[in-house]
Amino acid sequence: MVIQTIGLRKTFTSKGRGGKKEVAAVKGIDLTVKKGEIYGFLGPNGAGKSTTQKLLSTLMCPTGGEAKVLGYDLATQQEQIRQNVGCVSQAGGADLSSTGVQNLVLQAQLYGLDALTAKKYAAEFVERFQMSTFIERPAQSYSGGQKRRLDIALGMIHHPQLLLLDEPTTGLDPQSRAYLWGEIKKLKDTGVTVFLTTQYMDEADKLCDTIAIIDNGKVIVTGTPSELKSSVGGDTIVFSFQTEETARKAEALLTEKVPKGKVQTKNSSVHLTIEDGETMMPELLRSLDAKNVEAQGVTLSRPSLDDVFLKYTGRSLREDQIK
Amino acid sequence: MTLLRDTKLMFVRNMQHTLRSPVFVFVSMFQPLMYLLLFMPLLNGLGGVPGLPSGKTVDVFIPGLLVLQALFGTAFVGFSLIDDIRSGVIERFLVTPVKRSAILLGRVLRDAVVLLLQCVLITLVAIPFGLSVNIYGFVVSLLLYALIGITMASISYGFALIYKVEDALAPTLNTITLPVSLLSGIILPLALAPLWLQDLAKINPFSYAVNATRALFAGNFQSIGILEGFVVIGVLATLVFFWGVRSLKKMAS
Repeated sequence: MVIQTIGLRKTFTSKGRGGKKEVAAVKGIDLTVKKGEIYGFLGPNGAGKSTTQKLLSTLMCPTGGEAKVLGYDLATQQEQIRQNVGCVSQAGGADLSSTGVQNLVLQAQLYGLDALTAKKYAAEFVERFQMSTFIERPAQSYSGGQKRRLDIALGMIHHPQLLLLDEPTTGLDPQSRAYLWGEIKKLKDTGVTVFLTTQYMDEADKLCDTIAIIDNGKVIVTGTPSELKSSVGGDTIVFSFQTEETARKAEALLTEKVPKGKVQTKNSSVHLTIEDGETMMPELLRSLDAKNVEAQGVTLSRPSLDDVFLKYTGRSLREDQIK
Repeated sequence: MTLLRDTKLMFVRNMQHTLRSPVFVFVSMFQPLMYLLLFMPLLNGLGGVPGLPSGKTVDVFIPGLLVLQALFGTAFVGFSLIDDIRSGVIERFLVTPVKRSAILLGRVLRDAVVLLLQCVLITLVAIPFGLSVNIYGFVVSLLLYALIGITMASISYGFALIYKVEDALAPTLNTITLPVSLLSGIILPLALAPLWLQDLAKINPFSYAVNATRALFAGNFQSIGILEGFVVIGVLATLVFFWGVRSLKKMAS
């Protein structure tokens, strides 16, 4: 296991009027992250995502619980964890008045590399992330996407086995997002494990092998994207017909054909909920045709992670973001 | 060894920042130069009062003026650290295995180097005003100025790490620098002060620094004040430096 936590907790104490107040940001989290996977930590703002990442990167000390990162104990072996984990915070942390190269070389040296190797590694990342056109300029002149590339390169400069990414694409234009998604996916081929926090459903869906949904300091559910989606019920196929009469006929046929499915008729359309909608659809259409029940239109809708979030928290993730 | 290496990396990084806008090194010399040009002539008229032998005003005033520069010139370095905290630079350093003390040591050493350059320049400017200084004493006094600079810089960084915002930092630093400079006999000799004020000055560590550097400038190497100055400021610098490192370690947790 690359990351294993049991009951990881973090409580902040704030002193204000009326004495000390305790705020629990992370309320006992159990995580198991396997080698080589992209693990998504999905949740709304303030759910405890960044705090968890800060705990795992040794920036904060946990209030309770146990954690092993790359086999090292979080409480006693912070040095080893720092040496072998890469971390990109939400703020990024590039030195804006320095050039990208200066940033990269210094960061490599802070990981103990000599100046020559540091320069070599920096050049390698400049090439890999296609940064040569701007990397010699001060970082304050970079676009959002360029700066993000530098931030991620800074986190990876020492070739860590585990990379922690805190909301890597927040605030980026669609093109830069797509580019970064491609680069993050490529990391898998090099055997790097990625722990990625995000508040975007589509990001978690596209990138992650495993997703843990976190809300209010607790992990609510964990699974692969398809496991999570099928946990909210299967796909929905909607057949539409000319008349309600035809729809009734189709309903009878479909109920017979897929006894496991849930069939419902609304006016002249039939809604069918089944596990495996995509592969079943052609066959169902053929069998309707065979009985001369002609469908005018068919749509397939698959459950999204939004539905998953709604099911487990009772709220829509988007509602939270609007607030 | 890693401490030495990490400190060097951090020192170079911070020095690069200073050298990107070197004009500020000179801008922050404005205050002492104003004292030299617009205030010292007043003191000359006072020559002969206790603690201010006539004809030697400049020799007494300059060592204290450099202490003033060490106090005020480095007191506000914490603002640059708040910048680095806000942009995430400090966190980026902290996730690496770099020695925590090196992050701060690299900064205070940069501040000390900048200060020493300023001290040398101010001294050179003061020579046409009649300053006579023992060259060996001057070199040794530079060490003491560096220690004062390290002390003030550490205090400034320590509070910057606690507050993390500018609003509270400036008033806090002013609250510290003003009384310690008034209570060290820099502007006017403490010999003129009533007894209670003189007693109060005895608990101000920087008044020992002023005494020590005056003795050094005069080449008065037997003076016990020199040793006192180094011990008092040396201990203080060490204490506040490690207090700053502690603040850095506690920053996020």
